[in-house]
Amino acid sequence: MKRRDFMQLSGMGLGAMMLPNIPVMGHSVAPEALLDGGVDVAVKKRLADAALNAAKSKGATYTDVRIGRYLNQFVVTREDKVQNIVNTESYGVGVRVIANGCWGFAAIVDAKTEADTARAAEEAVAIAKANARLMKQPVQLAPQKGYGEVSWKAPIQRNAFEVPIQEKVDLLLGVNDAALKNGANYVNSVLFMVNEQKYFASTDGSYIDQDIHRIWPIFAVTTIDPKTGKFETRQALSAPVGMGYEYLQTNPKDKITGITTRYNKGYDMLEDVIAAAKQTKEKLAAKSVEAGKYDLILDPSHLWLTIHESVGHPLELDRVLGYEANFAGTSFATLDKWQSKNFNYGSKEVNLFADKTQVGSLGAVGWDDEGVQTKKWDLVKDGTLVNYQAIRDQVHIIGEKESQGCCYADSWGTVQFQRMANVSLAAGKTPLSVSEMIKDVKKGIYIIGDGSFSIDQQRYNFQFGGQLYYEIKDGQIAGMLKDVAYQSNTQEFWNSCVKVCDERDYRLGGSFFDGKGQPQQVSAVSHGSATARFNGVNVINTARKI
Amino acid sequence: MAILTKEEAKKIIDKVLAFSKADEMSVSLTGSRTGNIRYARNSVSTSGESYDLALAVTAVFGKRSGTSTINEFDDKSLEKTVRRAEEIAKLAPENPEYMPMLGPQTYLESNTFAQSTANIDPDYRAKVAFDSIDPCKKKNLTAAGYLEDTTEFVAMGNSKGLFAYNKSTSVDFSVTVRSADGTGSGYVARDFNDSAKLNAKVSTEIAMQKAMASVSAKALEPGKYTVILEPTAALDLIQNMMRSIDARSADEGRSFMSKKGGGTRLGEKLLDERVNIYSDPTNPDAPNAGFSMDGRPQGKTTWIENGVFKNLAYTRYWAQKQGVKAVPPPGGFIMQGGRQSLEELIKSTEKGILVTRFWYIRAVDPQTLLYTGLTRDGTFYIENGKIKYPVKNFRFNESPVIMLNNLEAMGVPTRVRGNMIPPLKIRDFTFTSLSDAV
Repeated sequence: MKRRDFMQLSGMGLGAMMLPNIPVMGHSVAPEALLDGGVDVAVKKRLADAALNAAKSKGATYTDVRIGRYLNQFVVTREDKVQNIVNTESYGVGVRVIANGCWGFAAIVDAKTEADTARAAEEAVAIAKANARLMKQPVQLAPQKGYGEVSWKAPIQRNAFEVPIQEKVDLLLGVNDAALKNGANYVNSVLFMVNEQKYFASTDGSYIDQDIHRIWPIFAVTTIDPKTGKFETRQALSAPVGMGYEYLQTNPKDKITGITTRYNKGYDMLEDVIAAAKQTKEKLAAKSVEAGKYDLILDPSHLWLTIHESVGHPLELDRVLGYEANFAGTSFATLDKWQSKNFNYGSKEVNLFADKTQVGSLGAVGWDDEGVQTKKWDLVKDGTLVNYQAIRDQVHIIGEKESQGCCYADSWGTVQFQRMANVSLAAGKTPLSVSEMIKDVKKGIYIIGDGSFSIDQQRYNFQFGGQLYYEIKDGQIAGMLKDVAYQSNTQEFWNSCVKVCDERDYRLGGSFFDGKGQPQQVSAVSHGSATARFNGVNVINTARKI
Repeated sequence: MAILTKEEAKKIIDKVLAFSKADEMSVSLTGSRTGNIRYARNSVSTSGESYDLALAVTAVFGKRSGTSTINEFDDKSLEKTVRRAEEIAKLAPENPEYMPMLGPQTYLESNTFAQSTANIDPDYRAKVAFDSIDPCKKKNLTAAGYLEDTTEFVAMGNSKGLFAYNKSTSVDFSVTVRSADGTGSGYVARDFNDSAKLNAKVSTEIAMQKAMASVSAKALEPGKYTVILEPTAALDLIQNMMRSIDARSADEGRSFMSKKGGGTRLGEKLLDERVNIYSDPTNPDAPNAGFSMDGRPQGKTTWIENGVFKNLAYTRYWAQKQGVKAVPPPGGFIMQGGRQSLEELIKSTEKGILVTRFWYIRAVDPQTLLYTGLTRDGTFYIENGKIKYPVKNFRFNESPVIMLNNLEAMGVPTRVRGNMIPPLKIRDFTFTSLSDAV
């Protein structure tokens, strides 16, 4: 993975969207190249077998081969202009081996022949043997049965790459126009579309062909008050999803009405941007929050990020063990807490699970990047920490016999490692709607949408903002607030969870570009929840004068 | 093959341009060799090396442009790529903000290449890991670190006669050292163009010392404190400010540089008068290419003088629209400091907090440049000029603009991630909560 392969989106006119710099790997191609089928599966098997055989003859005791084709299309606009249309393709082969008890990895771009893949395999063995000299303990790989020749396809209805560019441009420019007509000064909108076509083969006897699709429509609307010089922004309430273009088809049953409309499996971008334009004006006039303790009602469009940061990351076993100490950090959820079988991660209402099978989620695949069939498992049961997320070379540490299937590499050219599964908060078992939940709150804040987020390197202390904040007084929504952020500690926060709405309100949010590792790799992951209530959380006022 | 000379690169670019049938054409040619080694739990976890060489052709017809890339360099492939870029351009939507390509430019020469870095091999990387792990093992400490070295060139040319070439090297090293029981943690990061300046052993000793000294940290109440920010910590906040100096956002009214009622705060004294920040690609300690990625020359530019913002960064389109000089954003920046060492800054502090680094910094309010984040890997209480004891980490909510108004003193600048930045002593720095994280 090289620096020049990255196109930094900050250079694409996304400055106003407060997005991190997003790396995009691959070379620019024409839009129609994204529709070409890529290498035939029979050819991929031949290429893979050549690598498996080459590695074995050089002394590897285990080998896996990933032949990947990664396609991206991003359409970037502001107001009445298309700023950029990016089409990229990246194809190559990565081979990972165990030789002399040590991992080795090598990758080759544009590998089209058996000689190419065999060469990658031989290099991987050479690297493994060289690194074996610095190794403390040999790799202990959990056994994995082979699945033969199998395939998995994301159940999409409309491949986003088959939708003409003009239709996408028309949608975004229509969205921008609606924002401006409803009083916004500026609007940026973007459509991200990704297709991963990946083939996995290993010496366990698996040949797995998978086709994964993701889409993420976003916007940011900005309105300026000319009298005060203040500006306010409202970003989209969409979620990145593991779906095709059908996510942009609106359907009344996917709308959650209330103080503002939120969306489930279909997103009405036009409706949301009109609401956003009006809400930026409302935000300008909103009351600045008074700092103090509040009961928080957190919508799934907001809560997904708190789950991601305070549950998903600390329960990654590689972090717990110290492999990420120099970058992402370690974890407060140490092995002794898990071993005690009584560590109260949260209240009795809190059930958190990992799931790589959830339909429409970003993390859904049939098999992970080391040939393990995906599954669902509990992390926190009735408030108690019960498990972590671990892969084949780690599961023995937590006494499991097989991997949990959450290994991932963001490219054919990067090494697969443990990545977060979809981690979600289970909906409440007792019927409860959002309005019923709000009815009991005396002094609270209802937060919708994700905003500013920050958490320490062991995942104790965090601070989150949102997109929309509504004051709750004596069971009623009393009006909009601004300058809100809440600070808490992971264990304290999840123990303050007193109620979770039922299944009817369960929705997914997610991260399209979650970063981890050195060199850094991205991964996409969803987090589901229903609206939940947290009592007595510390809220600060973020207004400043400069 | 991956690192071409100026002459080799120009020959390929000229050949590509000769195939052009477009109104305008630009070519960029880049190549690199990059290697890394990563270790954790006192053992190497991954290492690798990779090469790349790629050519991108942009063809323009009127205000429509198209780009095609390739990594094969025979005449047939080059011509095919040119034709492909031209086809894509003809089908692209018009970009109303398209700016005609620049003609020949004059660039400052800067010394961004060091042969010692280009010579790095797997043995060198393994030795860095060993030099960092071995002393930690001996003291019952745990090291997790990362070294990445890059040798690369970038060349660009266009049909109007512009040609630019720069060859550079870089080495980035960081290590986090933790005590065996996980109650102490220290960090150090170093980056250079020339790997001969990197001493992994000496650097690791700083992280080891911080790890040992930070064991059994005491909790202090959050609030406003005088802080001494080591350069690594200071850079994070100042760099966020320097990345927010886009003129267009300021003119549009959605930046900390926007003025109430319209216009920008350019020329206003927004910071302490001792704050001076400029960029200079020829700086010997933190050199940068003499050109920006769109071919504009990078000269010596004053951004902040005596606390007054003197320049904002422009795209060529926005500069033309505003009728001003199109100053490109800097490749790196230099903040002038004082003469005091870090030790002297500590000595002159009655009560304060020494901050090694910050972590997970995120924008809270773009209007005031308010950021939140936490201290990490070595936070200490200072009393009567001496480090008294380690303290638990804090979360801060602070704006670099407010911080640079509360400036007490500055030390000698050092290089951090390609910039030059002094340690800063700041009064009334806002810590809003405590963290148990080590």
